[in-house]
Amino acid sequence: MTRKRYTQAINEALHEEMGRDPKTILFGEDVALAVFGDTRGLLDRFGPDRVRNTPICEATIAGMAVGAAAAGYRVIIHMLFSNFIYTGFDAIANQMAKLRLMTGGQIDLPITVLAVYGGGASQAAQHSDSNHPVLMNLGGIDVLVPATPGDAKGMLKTAIRNNRPSFFLQASGLGAVGGDVPDGEHLVPLGKASVAREGRDVTLVNVGSMIRATQNAAKKLAEAGIEAEIVDVRSLVPLDETTIVESVQRTGRLVVIDEARDMCSAASQIAAVVADKGFSALRAPIRRVTVNNVSMPYAPNAEAAIFPNADDIVRAATALCQPEVAAA
Amino acid sequence: MASEAVTKGQAGPWADEQIELLERMLLIRHAEARLAQTAKDVGLPGGVHLSIGQEASAVGVCSCLDVDDWMTSTHRGHGHFLAKGGEVDSMFAEIWGKSSGICKGMGGSMHVADFSRGIIGANGIVGGGLAIATGAALAAQLDGKGRAAVCFFGDGAANQGVFMESMNVSSIWKLPTIFVCENNGLSEFTVSSTVTAGKLSDRARAFGMPVEVVDGNDVRAVRSAAKAAVERCRRGEGPSYIETVTYRIHGHLEAEDLILAGGSYRTAAEIDAWRAEDRDPVSRFRALLAEEGICGADRFAELDQRAKEKVDAAVTFAEAGEPADTKLVFELMFVEPKA
Ligand SMILES: Cc1ncc(C[n+]2csc(CCOP(=O)(O)OP(=O)(O)O)c2C)c(N)n1
Repeated sequence: MTRKRYTQAINEALHEEMGRDPKTILFGEDVALAVFGDTRGLLDRFGPDRVRNTPICEATIAGMAVGAAAAGYRVIIHMLFSNFIYTGFDAIANQMAKLRLMTGGQIDLPITVLAVYGGGASQAAQHSDSNHPVLMNLGGIDVLVPATPGDAKGMLKTAIRNNRPSFFLQASGLGAVGGDVPDGEHLVPLGKASVAREGRDVTLVNVGSMIRATQNAAKKLAEAGIEAEIVDVRSLVPLDETTIVESVQRTGRLVVIDEARDMCSAASQIAAVVADKGFSALRAPIRRVTVNNVSMPYAPNAEAAIFPNADDIVRAATALCQPEVAAA
Repeated sequence: MASEAVTKGQAGPWADEQIELLERMLLIRHAEARLAQTAKDVGLPGGVHLSIGQEASAVGVCSCLDVDDWMTSTHRGHGHFLAKGGEVDSMFAEIWGKSSGICKGMGGSMHVADFSRGIIGANGIVGGGLAIATGAALAAQLDGKGRAAVCFFGDGAANQGVFMESMNVSSIWKLPTIFVCENNGLSEFTVSSTVTAGKLSDRARAFGMPVEVVDGNDVRAVRSAAKAAVERCRRGEGPSYIETVTYRIHGHLEAEDLILAGGSYRTAAEIDAWRAEDRDPVSRFRALLAEEGICGADRFAELDQRAKEKVDAAVTFAEAGEPADTKLVFELMFVEPKA
C-alpha cells in the first residue's frame, strides 16, 4: 500500500496494464506530455507504436478506437475534457455502443475511454460538464466514476482488461487528492458500490466527484447527532442496485449527490431504482442534490452558487430526519 | 478604415490608417501582457490563453471589416475581440468574472463575444467556430448586403473534420466566408507538423477557393490578403482562405509550466528567435513606421502610453465591478431555481 494522488494511481494502472498486454495501445491528443499527468511516461516506456499523440480530431479518435478494437487490439483513448466527447459522439453513440449488437455479437470492443469531467475551477461551460448521464443513456457502455485513488487504479485495470467498452471518468477536482493505493495487482470489480461510512439514519449515495462534499456533510451531520451512511457508487453502468437498496433498508432515508444536471441525472436513476425496489423501507421522500438544469457559469461566485456543496447535503439530509417529514 | 482608396505618404488618410493599425496592436499587446502579469501575481479565474506574438494577424484581418461583418474566434481570442472593435474594459471585466463583463461574467476569457460589433465570440471547442462562421456567412448571403463572415482558427483546428465540411459548404454555396488559419505551428503541447499531413493551404485549394499564405507577423501583408478576400465577399464571389504564419510567444495557457511538470515541446531558442525585434509583429511595424517617417519615437511613446492607460483603466473598471449575478444563470437557461 502506498499513498498516491488520484492522477498517479491512474498513471500506475496504465503502466501496469500496458506492460501486461502488448496488444494494448493508447492514443489521444497530447498524451505524450499528458495534459492531466495521467499518461505521463507511457510513450517513453512503450514507444511510438503503442502510444501516439493524435491530431485534434475527436471524431476520428473515437472511431479509430472502434476500428482498432474490432481488429484485435485493446484500446485506450484519451478525450481530455469530457466535453470533447461531444465532438467524437457519432463513433461513441452510433458505433461503439451498438456494433456488438448489430453484428450479432461477432466482435468484442475492449475500449477504455479516459476523460476528465466536472466543474469547480471556473473553466466555464464548455470545460465543466459532468456528462456521465449522457453516456449512461446509451446502453452497451460501462460508465465508471471512481472517487478514490485506490478505486481509480483498481477499476481502471479491470476496465482495460475486460472486453467491454467503458468510460473511465476522472473528476477534475480529485486529480490531486491523495489516498492509499495497493501496489501491483489490484483489481476492483465493476458494478460494486462501496460503503465508505456506516450510519443508521440516512443514506448518502455519492456519485464520483462529490465525495469530499459528501464526507464533509457526514461529519457535520454527525455533530448534529445524525449518522449518515455513505455509499460510494463507483460505477454507474453497471449499477450496484443491491448495495444501495440494502443501505436504504437500514436507514429509511436517501439523499443522492451528483454533479450532473438534475434532469435525467445519475441521481434521478438511483432515486428511481430505490423508489422501485426499496419503497417499503422509505420513511421520507428521496432527495437529489444535483446541479440545476444550467451550464456552469464562469464567474467564481456564480459557479460556487450553482455547485452542490456539503451544506446543501446537510440541509437535505437534516430535513429528511425531522420527525414530521418522517411521519408525512 | 474599411476599403477606401488611399495614397501613401507621411501624413493623410493612409498614414492615419497605419497609426491605427499600430495602436490596435499595442492595445492587444499591453492588454495581454497585463493579463499575464495579473495571472502570475494574483491569479485569474479559469484558463488564460494569450496571443502575444500574433497581434498582426488579428489586426490585419479585422482592420478590413466593418462593424456588421461577422467574426468567430478561438480559445485564444482576446486579440480578435479587441481587433474587431471590442472594448478592453468590458473584456477585462468579463475575465475578472464581473457582471459588468461583456458576457456578464458567464463566459470568461474563452467566451468573450460582442454581437453588437459582429463578434460572435471566442470558443472553448477547437474548431467550434468553423461551422458557426459558415452559418453566419449563409445569413449574410441571404441578407444580400455584402457582409462577410471571418473565421479565425488555429493550425491544430484545421485537423478537425468540420474544417473540410465548412469549406465545402462555403464553396459550393459561394458563401462569404473567410477562413483565417493562424498557423503558429503548435497545437497545445504538440508540434503541429507531427500530426498534420501535407500543407493546410492545399486543403483549401482542393475546395476551389483562392488561397493566400502570408507572413502573419507583417500586418500589411495580412491586411492586403484580407482586403482581397473581403472584396470577394462583398461582390458575392464566395469564400477565401488566408493562412497567417505566426508564433505564440507565451505558453498554451498561463499555467503551462505547472501542467508540463518539467516536460517541454519547444526550445527557448525558438521562442527567442520569434521574439526578436525584427520578427515580433509590434516592434517590427513600429520600426517600419519610424523608417517611413510616419511615427517617430515621440509619437510612438505617446501611443504606447495611451494604450497602457487604456489597460490600466480597464483593470480599474474590472476590479470595481460587481460580482456576477447568479440569478442570471437560471434566467438565461430558462430555468426556475430549485428551492
Ligand atoms: C474539441 C476540442 N478538442 C481539444 C481541445 C483542447 N485544446 C484546446 S486548445 C488546443 C490546441 C489548439 O491548437 P490550434 O488550433 O493550433 O490553436 P492555438 O492554440 O495554437 O492557438 C487543444 C487541443 C479543445 N478545447 N476542444
